[in-house]
This record gives sequence, C-alpha cells and structure tokens, in this order.
Amino acid sequence: MTQSPLATYQPEQRALALIGGEATDTNLRRYLQGIPGIDAVGLEARAADLGTRSIKTSSKRWAIDTIIGLIDLTTLEGADTPGKVRSLVAKALVPDPGDPGTPRVAAVCVYGDMVGAAVTALGSAHAAAGETEGSGVQGVRVAAVATAFPSGRASLAVKLADVRDAVAAGADEIDMVIDRGAFLAGRFGQVYDEIVAVKEACRRADGSMAHLKVILETGELNTYDNVRRASWLAILAGGDFIKTSTGKVAPAATLPVTLSMLEVVRDWHRLTGVRIGVKPAGGIRTSKDAIKYLVTVAETVGEEWLTPHLFRFGASSLLNDVLLQRQKMTTGHYSGPDYVTID
Amino acid sequence: MKFLDYAPAPESQALLSLKSDYGLFINGDFTAGRGTPFQTINPATEQQIAMIATANEADVDDAVAAARHAYDGVWSRLSGSDRGKYLFRIARLVQERARELAVAETLDNGKPIKETRDVDIPLVAAWFFYYAGWADKLDHAGVGPNPASLGVAAQVIPWNFPLMMLAWKIAPALAAGNTVVLKPAETTSLTALLFAEILQQADLPAGVVNIITGDGSTGATLVNHPGVNKVAFTGSTAVGRAIARSVAGTDKKLSLELGGKGANIVFDDAPIDQAVEGIVRGIFFNQGHVCCAGSRLLVQESIHDDVIDRLKRRMQTLRLGDPLDKNTDIGAINSAEQLARIRELSDLGEQEGAERWSADCVIPENGFWFAPTIFTNVSTSHRIARDEIFGPVLSVLTFRTPAEAIAKANNTPYGLSAGIWSDKGSRILAVADKLRAGVIWANTFNQFDPSSPFGGYKESGYGREGGRHGLAAYLKPAVRTGSRSIAAADHRTLSVSKKSASAGKKSASAEKAAK
Repeated sequence: MTQSPLATYQPEQRALALIGGEATDTNLRRYLQGIPGIDAVGLEARAADLGTRSIKTSSKRWAIDTIIGLIDLTTLEGADTPGKVRSLVAKALVPDPGDPGTPRVAAVCVYGDMVGAAVTALGSAHAAAGETEGSGVQGVRVAAVATAFPSGRASLAVKLADVRDAVAAGADEIDMVIDRGAFLAGRFGQVYDEIVAVKEACRRADGSMAHLKVILETGELNTYDNVRRASWLAILAGGDFIKTSTGKVAPAATLPVTLSMLEVVRDWHRLTGVRIGVKPAGGIRTSKDAIKYLVTVAETVGEEWLTPHLFRFGASSLLNDVLLQRQKMTTGHYSGPDYVTID
Repeated sequence: MKFLDYAPAPESQALLSLKSDYGLFINGDFTAGRGTPFQTINPATEQQIAMIATANEADVDDAVAAARHAYDGVWSRLSGSDRGKYLFRIARLVQERARELAVAETLDNGKPIKETRDVDIPLVAAWFFYYAGWADKLDHAGVGPNPASLGVAAQVIPWNFPLMMLAWKIAPALAAGNTVVLKPAETTSLTALLFAEILQQADLPAGVVNIITGDGSTGATLVNHPGVNKVAFTGSTAVGRAIARSVAGTDKKLSLELGGKGANIVFDDAPIDQAVEGIVRGIFFNQGHVCCAGSRLLVQESIHDDVIDRLKRRMQTLRLGDPLDKNTDIGAINSAEQLARIRELSDLGEQEGAERWSADCVIPENGFWFAPTIFTNVSTSHRIARDEIFGPVLSVLTFRTPAEAIAKANNTPYGLSAGIWSDKGSRILAVADKLRAGVIWANTFNQFDPSSPFGGYKESGYGREGGRHGLAAYLKPAVRTGSRSIAAADHRTLSVSKKSASAGKKSASAEKAAK
C-alpha cells in the first residue's frame, strides 16, 4: 500500500475518502467486501503457532507486570452495588496487599449507573482526564459499558442518553456495542452512523472526549470475515479501540479472533499512521493465556502496542491468576487462592 | 527491556544420553564398521556430537545377508496382524521417546526444536501408526488380492528430515512384509541409530531392519548390491539419475523422490495474511531444506508490492539462532557444503540482476547460517528461478492471468509441489487441474499426513510415498508359480506416458501409483 495523504485528514474526511462517497450501505458494502478475506484454518494455525512461544524468566516477569497494567478490571452483574464497586476499586488500586510494588490495573469497567460510585471510590487515584502514562503513579480510569449493553437492542436516542449519562458521571472510557442485527442484515450505514453518533455523545462539556471502545461481539458475528469487516467499519466510524466481546456471549475473546483484529489495526496504521487499540474481553483467565496475547500483539503490530492506550484485557478472574504467578516468581514457590484477595 | 528479545528458553538435553561412538546396526546388534569412522557435528556449533562407523562392502554384504535371512526365515512368514503389532509397538516407543528424539534431531540436523517437537517426531509416530493399520489389510492396497512383498529393500534417505524420511521408508516396507537395509545421510545418522535402539526395545526380529552408515559410496554399494529387490531413494536429482542408471536392466523395483522447485501461486483475491504465512511456511520451514518447498513465489502483479511489503514485515519477526531454543524459527544450515551452495546460487541471483533482500538478524559466530532471503525482479530465465537452492531463499516472479500463472508454474524440469492461494474455490480446482505437480496445496503449504500420497512428476522422481499408494511401492501382485505375466505388469508403472500423467492431477497420479 502506498502512503496516502490520509494521515493528514480529519477522521470523517478520511473515512469518506476511503469509502469513496457518503457512508451509505452500498458504498460501505463495496468497500468492506473489497478487503481481502480470511482463511480460517490459516488464521487459527498462525494463532496456535504464536501460542507456542516460550516466555521465561526475565521476559515472563516483564509480561506479568505488563498484563496487570493492561487489565480493565470488570464487574458487569445485575447484582452490582456501590459496595461491590468500592471493593473492585480497592482491588484495582492495590492488587496484591502483600507486595506494594505490584502495578495498578488500567481501569475499572462497570455499568453506567455505577460510574459515580467508581469515581468516588477512586478519589484522588482517578486518572486525570487526558493523563498519559509515565507521569508518576498510574491513575486508574473508569470505563462504562453503554448503548444498551450487552444486546444493543434499544433506540438510538436511548443509547445516546445512556452514553451521555455515563460521561457526565465521570466515565473516561465508553465501551459501546454495535448493532449486530443491523450489521448482519447488511445495514452497514446504520452501524456506521450509530458509532459516529455515540462518539459525538462522548464529548464532555469542556470539549474533551471520553475514549470510545467499540464492542463487535465477535461470537455473534460468527465468521472471521465478518469480524474483519466490522473492525474496519468501527475504525472508519471513529472508534478509538475495537473490542471483541461483551463477555455475555460465548465464544468471547479467542486468540485467532484477536489476531484478526490486530491485523486490521496494523493495516490501518500502515494506511493512515493512526494507532487504534484492541481489547479482547471475556474468557481470558490465566497468565499463560494472557501471555499468548502479549506475544500476538508484539509480533503482529509491534510491542509499542503493549500500553494501556492501545491494548487492554477485559477480565476479572485473570488478575488473581497473574498475581499468583507473580508471587511464584518472587518467592520461588506457589501459594494458593487464599493468598490473593477477592474483590 | 524489549519484550521481543525473548529471554532464552532452551530445551533441556538432560533426557538424551548419547554414546561417543556408534556402530552399524546389523542383524539386531550394533557392530563396528570396517570402514573409517567419521564424526557427526552439530551444525549450529560445529562441535562433534559422536563418531559414526562407516560400512564398507563387506559390511553391506552382511547387512543385505541379514535382511535376506530375516525375510526368508521370519518376516515374510509372519501374518499381517503380527507385523502390525511390531509397527504399533515402534510407533508407541517413538511417542514415549519423542522429546529425546526431537532433541537429538535438532542437535544433529540444526533444525529448530519447535519443528522437531511439533512436526518431525509426531509425523514419525503417525507414519508407523498409519502403516501398522495397513499390515493386515494388504488385499485392499490396490494391487489385487493377496499381494506379495518384494524381498529386501535398500533405502537411502536425505539429511533434511532424517527420522521422518526413515519413517516414510521403513513403515510401508515393513507393513508390506519386506525387510530393510537403510542408509541415512552422512551428516544426519544419529537419530537413525537411536531408532535402532527403539527397534531393539520393540523386540523386532533380528535382521528385519538393518541400518548402515557411511558416505555416498556406502549408499552406492547398497543400491548396486545384487541381493536387493527394491531400491528407494530420496535426495538430489543428480544422485537419483545415477541410481536409475545403475538399476536399469536389473529386476530391482525403484522409487525416487527427488528435487523440486515448487510454485506458490498467489492470486489477487487470496486471503492475504494467510497467504503471507503460507509463503513463509513454504520457503522458510526447515531453513528451506524441503524438496517440496514453495521456492518460487508467483504473485499476481496487481498485488505484488503489497504482498512483498507484508512478507518483509513478517520476515523481520523470524527468529534465527540456537536451534534448541523453543522460540527459534530458523535454525542452522545442515552443512558447510550446503551453505556454500546456497551462497553460490544467491550470489548468482544478484549477478543476474535480481534484487536481494534479507531479514535483519544476528548471525551466530560459529555454525552454518543463512538469513531468510527473498529475491524480487526474478525472471523465469534466471538460475535462481530454475535451480533448486535448498535453502531459505525465495525467488519472486509475477504473473498477470491464471493462464500465465499455470504456464510459469509448469515451466520447470521439476514437478513435486505447488500451492494455490485464492478465495475462489472454482479457480483453485481449475488451476490445480492444469498444474503438473504431484502435491498441490490450496490455501496452505507444506502439510503432511501419512494418509496422503506424496511424490513427483518429471525430474522430481517417480513412485508415491504415503497413503495406500505408498504401499504399492513395496508390493507386487500375487505371483502364481510358473506364470510371469502378472509380475511383468509392474514395469508399466515406470513407462506411463507424460501425456496421460497430465490428465487428472492428483487422482491420475494416484491411480498410476496404485498400478
């Protein structure tokens, strides 16, 4: 691909230049179907091959701490209460009370009505808006799922109100779901327009924007070709991150599906110079699995992606497994589930 | 730190206990060779691993005599199911000792542990399991009811997949009821000798398999020995031609698995990222020491630049170095001789005007290494587009239409393998039908399975290995006393005209092999 002037365009202009016209169903279909297909067997073989990398000693130590710093510690239950969210935040800030050197997680991820509780519980540890990494102790962000999560089955007005509520309550990041029904019915224009509208709803009173993660719900899209097209669509429409799943549908994140999304992000960077984030969510429970994702990121898009701005794990039980591995590396022996805290 | 500089993750050598000297395995026992022993080295370090015996003519006589004795006395009299039991036992022992064999193969050959662990050794076990199942079902092998074994098989194998090639040769030969004298390649005898220990563990009757080591002259003595009934060779076309000449006029049956210059054809509608993976697997798997390697990339002109750009990026992530490290993708070149040949042909490619590009990688100080390399702007008349380089060197050519792709793919003296990358099923079938290659992969490359026949056209040899067809190389139709008419039919196998061979691709070659 040749380097185009795309890098200098505003996002909307860029999308329209690529699509070659307005974001209509027809134009989008033509564009998305012109993207090379995916051979499922080959993709899965490549993911399996990346999974055989052997990460030991100093590399493992670095990987473990990096994983912790990339986690969106999540609670998305109907039974969530302010008390539960406070407990989650406490865990996010001090993952391992036995070792104050343990890094903090990147963010806590909650439903929209729990954003206030999360912000209060974080207090001064809440990452300042626009804060970048490397500025002393890492602040923790608040991510909120919105747009009638997890199904996305509501009117656009309801979805936008959901987003505005969460942003107003102090959410730094919005995890929206795409309308899978519209996508599967070929109404790409509708999916595109919704993402554009949600992105606009992420604007705060002061003009800054909450980060937008676009959940594709890959388990419902069913084919890798669909995942690839939905990834392009979400990025064209202005998503800052593309995220695999809600965690409410099986299968959630898998290594091949994440690899296919990373390839889109890599190609987008080649095309425009812009870096988009990727968030696999749901089903990643062990350090061993998480390390496979780090390897896949590093060998597909480059290790500069291994920062909270560009890669996250949506997970809850992963953190404690990583902490157990961390303790093992520090002390030389395995402890047990009673030596890590529950949130 | 840089995460991608993965910390060393070497496979342990603790499982492996090697002797300092290895003799010949004749009649169930190790005996000293009467030729001058030679050293086998680790091509990654150039350190000696062990001393290996050389079989002289008298040793070859002994080995063939032992095989004949075992054939007449034991093996040809055993029932198929009893032969199968031995093969099953060997397969299980290979699995039990898989890690040890993988480490030994990596030490002796230089290929990465990742490949010996995940490809070579599992396939060795799979081959024995597969042919173990055939041993009592030979009536269905396609040679008619109650087929007969041939007798003593002389087998000479190459250094690129030492133990796997041994399995491809020994498993069908034994299943069909033959006995074997096998000579591994000079630089990679070690795992064959460990395999001999497995045969002892399996209580295989003495003399059924004999393993003799030495250089090319030992191999020549073996294939020319009047006591052998069958010659099976895998290796270079030049040696194959010499063998065909020496076997001509005798009643030895011959199968040859020779060189290749496989075309990997990428159409503009290919699944591009997987195609790039397939290109990498096609030419950089096993340092390109693969007879069926996809060493000629034929890419549609309209996507050439994009494919090359992606390929170069991908090649930058290949890790060259210590073959025993579990993260190594590219190991050592097997020998100084082979390295010299790769260098010579690559330099020639530059002189001919092709554009050379190699991935950045640190080349270790000792050992034999060659960075993964591609040549663009290659034309069909360049030597690097015609000669088998047998190393991690890819020649990239372009085409405009499917017809041109087919013409360029077939424009080679070889005809072993080809690959087609396209999302369009009908195109894959239509193109495959016109390619003159024994193995054609669609949207994949370098995949092997014991149930799938493998073999070449033209200068890539004749006969098939693997599958039901692989048995035919070691069987003949039931011989009725006093009648030679049926046995004479064998000879048709060798004289099938090229015209009929091009008719129906895989199935045509399959039928041919089955005759």
